[in-house]
Formats: sequence, structure tokens, C-alpha cells
Amino acid sequence: MIKAVMMMNTQGKPRLAKFYDFLVRCLPVEKQQELIRGVFSVLSSRPENVSNFLEIDSLFGPDSRLVYKHYATLYFVLVFDGSENELAMLDLIQVLVETLDKCFSNVCELDIVFNYSKMHTVLDEIVFGGQVLETRSDEVMKAVEEISKSEAASNSISLVPKSVSGWRGGR
Amino acid sequence: MASSNSLMDSLFQRSLEDLIKGLRLGESTFISKSLEEIRREIKLTDLSTKSVALQKLSYLAALHGVDMTWAAFHAVEVVSSSRFAHKRIGYHAIAQSFSDQTPVLLLITNQLRKDLNSSNEYEVSLALECLARIGTDDLARDLTSEVFTLLGSSKALVRKKAIGVVLRVFDKYPDAVKVCFKRLVENLESSDPQLLSAVVGVFCELTAKDPRSYLPLAPEFYKILVDSRNNWVLIKVLKIFAKLASIEPRLAKKVADPVCEHMRKQNVGKSLLFECIRTVFSSLSDQEVPLKLAVVKIREFLMDDDPNLKYLGLHALSIVAPKHLWAVLENKEAVVKAMSDEDPNVKREALHLLMAMVNEDNVTEISRILMNYALKSDPLFCNEIIGSILVACSRDSYEIIVDFDWYLSLLSEMARVPNCQRGKEIEHQLIDIGTRVKDARLELVRVSRALLIDPALLGNQYLHPILSAAAWASGEYVEFSKAPYEIAEALLQPRTCLLPHSIRAIYIHSAFKVLVFSLGVYFSAQEPTSSSLVQESTSSGSSAVNGFTCDSISSLVSMIELGLCSLSGTIDVEVQERAKNILGFIGIIKHEIAEKATSQDSETEVHRAIAFMEDVFSEELGPVSSTAQEKVPLPEGLELNENLEGLQEICREVLEPMAESDYSSDKVSFSVAKLRIRDQEEASSSSSPPLESSSLLAEHRKRHGLYYLSSQKSDDHKDRDGNDNNTSNEYPPANEISVDSFKSKKKLSKPRPVVVKLDEGDEPKTKPDASSSNDERLSRAIQTALMGKGKGKEKERVKENHEINLDTENIEQSSRREKKKKKNGERSSKRSSRRQKDKEASVTKPVEVPDLLL
Repeated sequence: MIKAVMMMNTQGKPRLAKFYDFLVRCLPVEKQQELIRGVFSVLSSRPENVSNFLEIDSLFGPDSRLVYKHYATLYFVLVFDGSENELAMLDLIQVLVETLDKCFSNVCELDIVFNYSKMHTVLDEIVFGGQVLETRSDEVMKAVEEISKSEAASNSISLVPKSVSGWRGGR
Repeated sequence: MASSNSLMDSLFQRSLEDLIKGLRLGESTFISKSLEEIRREIKLTDLSTKSVALQKLSYLAALHGVDMTWAAFHAVEVVSSSRFAHKRIGYHAIAQSFSDQTPVLLLITNQLRKDLNSSNEYEVSLALECLARIGTDDLARDLTSEVFTLLGSSKALVRKKAIGVVLRVFDKYPDAVKVCFKRLVENLESSDPQLLSAVVGVFCELTAKDPRSYLPLAPEFYKILVDSRNNWVLIKVLKIFAKLASIEPRLAKKVADPVCEHMRKQNVGKSLLFECIRTVFSSLSDQEVPLKLAVVKIREFLMDDDPNLKYLGLHALSIVAPKHLWAVLENKEAVVKAMSDEDPNVKREALHLLMAMVNEDNVTEISRILMNYALKSDPLFCNEIIGSILVACSRDSYEIIVDFDWYLSLLSEMARVPNCQRGKEIEHQLIDIGTRVKDARLELVRVSRALLIDPALLGNQYLHPILSAAAWASGEYVEFSKAPYEIAEALLQPRTCLLPHSIRAIYIHSAFKVLVFSLGVYFSAQEPTSSSLVQESTSSGSSAVNGFTCDSISSLVSMIELGLCSLSGTIDVEVQERAKNILGFIGIIKHEIAEKATSQDSETEVHRAIAFMEDVFSEELGPVSSTAQEKVPLPEGLELNENLEGLQEICREVLEPMAESDYSSDKVSFSVAKLRIRDQEEASSSSSPPLESSSLLAEHRKRHGLYYLSSQKSDDHKDRDGNDNNTSNEYPPANEISVDSFKSKKKLSKPRPVVVKLDEGDEPKTKPDASSSNDERLSRAIQTALMGKGKGKEKERVKENHEINLDTENIEQSSRREKKKKKNGERSSKRSSRRQKDKEASVTKPVEVPDLLL
């Protein structure tokens, strides 16, 4: 299964971090941040044009592998175990990036910074509880659009100024 | 007042975007300020404000390490909102922050149930996602029926997520198998590749944990392997077969063909090709055709310019190396070339492969190549290289080493590699070789001397363990030394103050051994009749050490005295005590050295003292089996109620560097020797009461008889032993074993020196599998489900116990054939055929996967 999905920029600032491995997910947040920093320090020490795989048992327990891809100012990172294929995981990063590209038309770091919630929507359609459930970016886009519509619809009910609804709620 | 405050808060609340913008300006103070805001906002009754606050908090928790466990209840509030946008934020926060211990966890069961039954498929998938990530035993149990319903959903989006959540539900609540397993299996025949991918993924995870339970499903998997065109699905099915084939060899034969077919395809994806190769290497390596094909294909990976493929190619080779080394040897050039790759991963894999290739004939050559790489590599890789050589060469008691003189010089060469940090391992091996390989001791002393007098090594703390071994060896085997004076000088040189105290103590102790040896030689030369012991040892060593004159011996004594004077005031007790011991000893003998040259009286105090000390050091240290302790039977009446789990951790740490053996410490040998000469010992008084120690030792021997290895040489030991009733035949000292095994093995006229081995074939005990009870329950449930599916749930529950206990093998085997015939005939309705298959699967337990193999 996939143990974690991370995105961070080349300065080591995390942009998205999602842990599926139950043990890691239940760690206190500081420990999770340590993991992210640990991953970044390994990634930043690697030269360009070398393989994209790492064995990372020291951080994520036995049988942990990591695949990463460096796009412009961002690292996309997947941590997974022996039930996944390394090259397929590399493809999955490609799927994710392609989808984001469609979502934001020419995705850049700022899109990812300011669309935190949408990023999760996209990711949740592709990876579900550590399992890869969707690999077609069109399908992902369809679902993401539907979800956005649902959200907008539910919010439009409250077009009445927030203050009023707040007042009514507080009565 | 309160309501107007909340109104202001709601009106001017920062959104997540505002928060992110603010964070970009300056972090730490802004975070604490925002947290204050969030704490205020989240308590408001307005759900919109509350949800935005929660969203901001989740963001800060995920990316800035802010604790959000305190907001658990608010997350539950938000999730209960009827608005989809709020629900999303709430579920996101719950999935991110809840653990098994979260107290409000119980409050979400009903909300989850409600959303799982929702008509909005996106609400359903939110709830499923949440369940997949935080599902506890209770949640899994309470929501099993909802999951079951969703497994049959007509919406693909919901159904595939329901399939995904099954993994979590089974893991937490194995009894859910009875309800959901059938529907899960049905999805294996789905025509939707996405659903198929999901269900195969689930089975891949399940099979990885417990392959045996899923053998009955092999026919279904086989069908997918042959029919599917989706790489994601095929990869997962291959992974399943890799697990199944390793426990069912007949299956390996069966899947060989389709796997080969996939490999032969022209435009096969690299990921699938790699998975095929890996499956062949790990589980089908006994099948000639696929193995050869895979080796051909792996070359494409090795020759590729893409570092990823090169790395994976080498990685795959290392899987097959233990069983089929020829596959690696065929690619030897590529492997050696990869050693100079710029990619650390590639280099590391190449190193592993080279080490797998090492054997008796090429160990010199490969070590030479590797040492060259070690010299020019970065510290990390350099030490990895050195570590690998050490491990490979010491495997099975140095099985591949023929020329120990060469190996010892290699070890000392390693010590001189500037980046070497493997001192501990090298230390261990130097001592190990000293105790195991008698013929290598001469070279060991030579190498040790060179290490001790090398001024460059003392300053490097990583090398201190090596120096400690060198010091010990030159003291223990001083009879092989050509120039004891020089060694004593090196051991006491002023720069030894750079060493840690524990090692310095070893240095001093070794100097003591050198001194005693030199004195012994000096005095025995005076009167050749006295000590036969020294003669024995010198004759086996070199003859160069007989040239002690009165002058040289007194200059040695005064040099040692001078070197130790300054140490008698050291703070460290170990160093101080050892220094004082020697100084005291020197005090006894010093004034007599000169006189002794003329006197012929062998009964003087000095003589006795020296003879005593010689005896102290004359016992040879032998290797002690690391499993010796385990051979001691548990004494009757001993109860170990306390859990000693933690001890295992500690033991592993200790045992790992000392892979096979452990050594009796100097102290033990001291007391053993003391026991032997107890009757002679009146002159030099020792602080510890000898009677007590000897009886303790005897007691120890009696109790742990098995621990002491037997030998015939114990006769001479017996008459010296004070305890008459002690049957010393059974309890000779542990270290005599080495002598005996030397004798027995010397008959083999092999050029290779004898290496003392203990406990051949004695595997160190592995820790028993600590599989959780849930795993066991799950596999039992799965087996039951595959055996008795299609019957009523109630019946099944009653049957369960019987089926496990009864051996229904014969009955079922006969009935299987019948059903099989039937099955081939009809496939009218899917449901009934499914039921057939289930029943068939149920009878296949003893002889799994029948129709596939016939």
C-alpha cells in the first residue's frame, strides 16, 4: 500500500502531506513534521539525474520505499511498501501531476499553495486509504468538478450574509 | 455581549486563503496569533465560521506541525452539518487527527452510518474515505452491513471505494468476512477495469499477510492474469501469484506460461515487465524457461541509460543471486561498471551483487577492486564497502578465506583508509581470528605491531577499537613477537593518553603480559630446567626472543616503570588499578633481576611470583558459542513471571556485532588459572579469597555442565583441581576446546589453516512471530468463508467450529469431482455457478487450487 504522499518545495517547506500508514498517521504532529524533514534532507542531498527511488526503512519502518520526482520548485514524494511496483508509482506521480495540470492549467507551486483543499480532493480520488483507485486523470477531473459543484451548491444556500446566519444560529 | 462578539468574529473571519497569505509574510508569530483566532472561532455556534476555523487548523496541523487533537469534538460538530462543504472539512479533519484513543470517536458512528446511506455519492465517498483511514474495531463492526450494501452499489465511484474500505474493515473486524467476502470475490469477475483494479489491490494486500488462505482463489486470479490488459491490474495479480507460488510449487509451473507471454510482448510497459521479472526471480526461479527469458530481459534494464531502470535491474538481480548466481555472473561487467556510477543507489546495489559473487577464488580480486573504490568514495559509501567486505569474508567462520595472512593485512589496510569508521567490526574480527586461527597468530602479531606503532592512528577515534584489538593481540600472543621491548614501548607511549580509559587499560594489561613473558624467558634461560611452560609456547612461536640479557631486561622493566608512574594517579579506576598492579609486581622483582643472574636458587620469591604470573597468562582464550547460554536447561522451580520482552532487544544489540561468538573476559581466565595453581600460591597474595572463587566456579560448572565443552585433556586438570568430588571430566574449562579441535582437524592436509568453529548448523533462534490475534482471526475467517460460502450465515457460524476440528478431507475430495463435472456443464446463472465454485473452493483446502492444476 501507499504509506504517504508528500509534496514539498526545494526549500523543504511542506505543501501537502498525507499519511495512510496507520502507525505514522497516529504519530503526534511534531513527529510527522520530523519525518517530512527527514525525507527532505535525503532528497536534497541527491544529485540531479540519478534514480528516483530510495529505500527509506529508517524513517518509515521495514520494507519502505520512496519514489520522488522533482518538478520545477517542487518535490512529489510517494512512500510505499512491497505491494506496489516502483515504476507504477513513478507513473502515479505522473498521473497526479497531469491531473493537477488540467485542474489549474499549467500548475505551479503557487496553485498548490493556495488550493490546499482542492489538492486533497484530487489526491483522494486517486489514492484511497493507501490504495490506488483511479489512474485516469479525466475521471479524476470529473469527480473533482462534481465535488466542487456540490460544495458551491451547499454554500450558495448561505448567500445570505454570514453575519445574519451567525446571528440566527446564535439565538 | 457574547453574541455581538461572535458576530464580529464571523464577519471578519480570515479564510484559509487569508491564513496562507499571512503565513507567507512571516511565520511563527502569525501562527500563534492565528491559533488564538481559531480557538475563538471554533467555539462559535455558526457552523460556517466553525468549519472555516477547523479547516485552517487542519492546514496548520498538516503543514506546520500544530497540534489539533484538542479540536476533536469540533470536528464532530462540523461533520454533522447538512452542508456538503462543511462535511468535507469535518471528515478531512477527522481522518487527519483521530486515533484509536480519541474519546469522541464513539460520537461519529451514527454520522458515518447516515452518510454511508446518503443518496449523494460524494457524501458516501467522504464517509468511506474516513472509515478507511480511522476505522477502529468498533466502527468496523458497527458499519459492516453498510459496507456490505455499498459493495453492491451500482455507482462505480462508490463501489470501488467500498472495495477499498474492506481492507480496513477486515483488518479490524475479521468477522466481517462472513458478511462481505462473497461480494468482494464477485467483483473479481467485474468487467470494469477500475473495479477490478481495486479488488485485486485489496487481495494483493490480504495475500501479502497470509498467502495460504487465498490459495483457493487461484483460478480466479489466473483468469485475470490471462485476460486482463490493464497494467495496474496485472501488476497486482503478479504480486499475488508471487506470494501464492512460493507456497504452492505447482502453481509456479502453471503461471509460468502467461508470465512469459507478458514478457515476450513487444510493447509491454516497463512497469509490468519489471514486475514479471521480479515475480520470476522471486517465485518462479525453478522454472527454466521463464528464468532464462527474465535474465535476457533484465539485461535490457542494466544496459538502459535511465538510472531508474538500471537501479531496478540490479535490484532484481540481487533477488535471484542467492539461488542462481550464474544470472549475476553473466552480467558481471555491467555490475562492476555500475560501481563507478554517480547514482548512490546504483552503486549500492552493485556492491551487494559483487558481494554475492564473492567466493574462495575471487575474494582477493574483488576485495582489491572494492578497496580501490573505498579509497575514492565518499565516507558513507566507503564504509558501506568496507562493511560489506567484512561481512562477506567473515561469513560462516571465514569460510572463503584461505590465506589468513593476506586477510589480516587487508584488515590493517582498512584501518588505514582515511574514512574508515568500521573500527568495531575490525576489532571483533582481529580478536576472532586470533582465537580461532592458530596459524595466523604470527601474522596477527606482526600486523598488530605495525598498527600500534603507527602514529597516525591514535588520533582517530573510529580506529580506537582496532588499536584495542591490536594491543590485546600483541600481549596475548607476545611469544610470536620478535621485539617485545618495542611492543611494550608502543603500548606505553605518551600519546596513548588520546585513548579512552577502557582501551588504555587494555594497553596496560598487554604491557603486563609482555613484561611477564620477557621475564619468564629471561629467567628460564638462566636455568633451563625450570619452566617447561614457557618453552612450550616459545617453541611454537619464534626463536628470536631468547636474547634477553640482564641489561635489556632491566631497561625494559625501567621503561615500563617510567611509563606507568604517571598513571598511578589517574582518575579512572581501571587504568589506575592495572598500573598499580604492574608497579607492585615490578617492585617485587626489580631488585632481584641483577642478582638473579648469578644465583642458582630457584625457590626464591621472585621465581614463584613470575611462575605464578606466567601461569595466569598461559591459559589460552577460545571462542565461546553464542548459543551456549541457550543450551543450559531451565532449572527446576525457576519461574519467570516477568515479561522479559525488553531483554530481547538488548540481547540483539549485543549479539549483532559479535555475530557468532563471545569471549571469556580476562577476568575469567584469571580465575581459571588461579584455580590451577592454587596450591603453589602462597607468596603473592591476591585480594579476592581464592577458596570462594574456586568453589563458585565449581558450582557454576556443576550447574551449567552443558555450557562447558567436553575434552579429553581434562585429566591433568583434575589432579590439580582442589575439589575431589568435582567430576572434572565433565567440566573442563571452556577454552580447552580449541586445542582439541585443532588436533582433530589438523589431520586434514588442507593448505588453509584451521578455523575453530562452534555449533555448526546451530541457527541462532529467531524471535517467534508476534502476529496479532486479529491476523489469525482474519485468516481463520477467510478460510472458513472460502470453505463454506453460499450457506446461510447462521449455519456457517454453527459449522465453523466443526469444520476446523473435523478432518473432512476424504469426503470432500470425492465430492469435489462430482461437483466439478457439474460445474463444467452448466454456467446458467452467475449466482449458482458462483455457489458451485464456492463449494468447490471449500473442499479444496487440503489440495488447493485443483482445477487449475489439472
